[in-house]
Amino acid sequence: MSRLHDMGGRFGDGPVEPEAEGVIFHADWHPRAMALTVATGAVGAFNIDMSRHARECLSPKDYMRFSYYEKWLGGLANILVQTGVITRDELAGLTDPAPSPLAERRLSADRVAGVLAKGGPVERPSDVAPAFVAGDVVVARKFAQNAQVSGGHTRLPSYAAGARGRILRLHGAHVFPDSNAHGGGEAPEPLYAVGFAASALWAHPEHPQDEVVVDMWQSYLERGE
Amino acid sequence: MPHDHASHDDPHALLPVDPALRVKALESLLTKKGLIDPAALDEIIDTYENKIGPRNGALVVARAWSNPAFRAALLEDATAVVADLGFYGRQGEHMVAVENTDSVHNMVVCTLCSCYPWPLLGIPPGWYKSDAYRARVVREPRKVLADFGVVLPDETAVRVWDSTAEMRYLVIPKRPAGTEGMDEAALMALVTRDSMIGTGLAGQP
Repeated sequence: MSRLHDMGGRFGDGPVEPEAEGVIFHADWHPRAMALTVATGAVGAFNIDMSRHARECLSPKDYMRFSYYEKWLGGLANILVQTGVITRDELAGLTDPAPSPLAERRLSADRVAGVLAKGGPVERPSDVAPAFVAGDVVVARKFAQNAQVSGGHTRLPSYAAGARGRILRLHGAHVFPDSNAHGGGEAPEPLYAVGFAASALWAHPEHPQDEVVVDMWQSYLERGE
Repeated sequence: MPHDHASHDDPHALLPVDPALRVKALESLLTKKGLIDPAALDEIIDTYENKIGPRNGALVVARAWSNPAFRAALLEDATAVVADLGFYGRQGEHMVAVENTDSVHNMVVCTLCSCYPWPLLGIPPGWYKSDAYRARVVREPRKVLADFGVVLPDETAVRVWDSTAEMRYLVIPKRPAGTEGMDEAALMALVTRDSMIGTGLAGQP
């Protein structure tokens, strides 16, 4: 396990509590925190992989005590300082905020609908040829950790690390988060849906036919037997 | 609450502790720096409170139930099909539709964060983002289903899709018996949000 966010398979959590479809937010400040994060992201000072990594890098104490949108706010404040968009003194209110050179990229109200509708697709042309086809047996990398950056971002969940599965489908070549979160460029490579039998992941699977499908980049995978 | 050393060094610790005040302080700072238009925040909130939500997904499902050609196209290339309906966008750029049958029941999670098909289902529900769901559903999906009052037959396998990349999954629930002849609008009313995540079944007519 790399960090606390990597919680798939963990024991000890209580029941899941269903809620009505009309419940969207649970406190008055939640929609503002969501919108503030989306609008700030639209300025383009950091990418979505950096943004996810910032939330994951909250200290374990903060990660556990923060509610969902508090994690968003904590990650946002941290990454804004780390990328130099704001200063610590500005955040602390010790100095008057200086106008940002990124202000020309501010998301104005009239552009919101267009920007949300456009999204941020991550499929790219790639020089990396697909090494696997549907049906191939593969083994996920032993460590659920970034191979280049110690403690860095990865999307390989620890419960699937080292497990044997089979390729279900090729999704195309997608931006590689393990690189893109750390200034290494988009480094697109083939992305696959990989099916794992529950018995390959858990000592006590609920049912012999159940499985978990994990989207995995090619460099997370080796050929299996 | 006292912070440990690492936590105290985090920039976010410079903000007020109360989250409502944190939002205000950050919004105020970013507005003064020219990075945020508060009216844009209002527009984003209005979009996800009033314009984009699970009725989009329900339309896709109802149409798949009633139109075999649409269903086939959706299972082949969901991204293109939902884009034709105007449901392309942020957090739904790469869509896959997975269909429930008598032999397989699909469920969707993001164990690492909270990835979810926003253009089709809106903002994820609280339980989808909870530690309990993220931790448990990959290991004990049937016990999680029981929390939702759903019991599957033993001959139905569960397939849980962990959204670890930018692929977003929409579950096509089984069409309930007794709905022959119902039109698209009537079918839509049976398609719950939870049935499109896989924690529920479609409603009965």
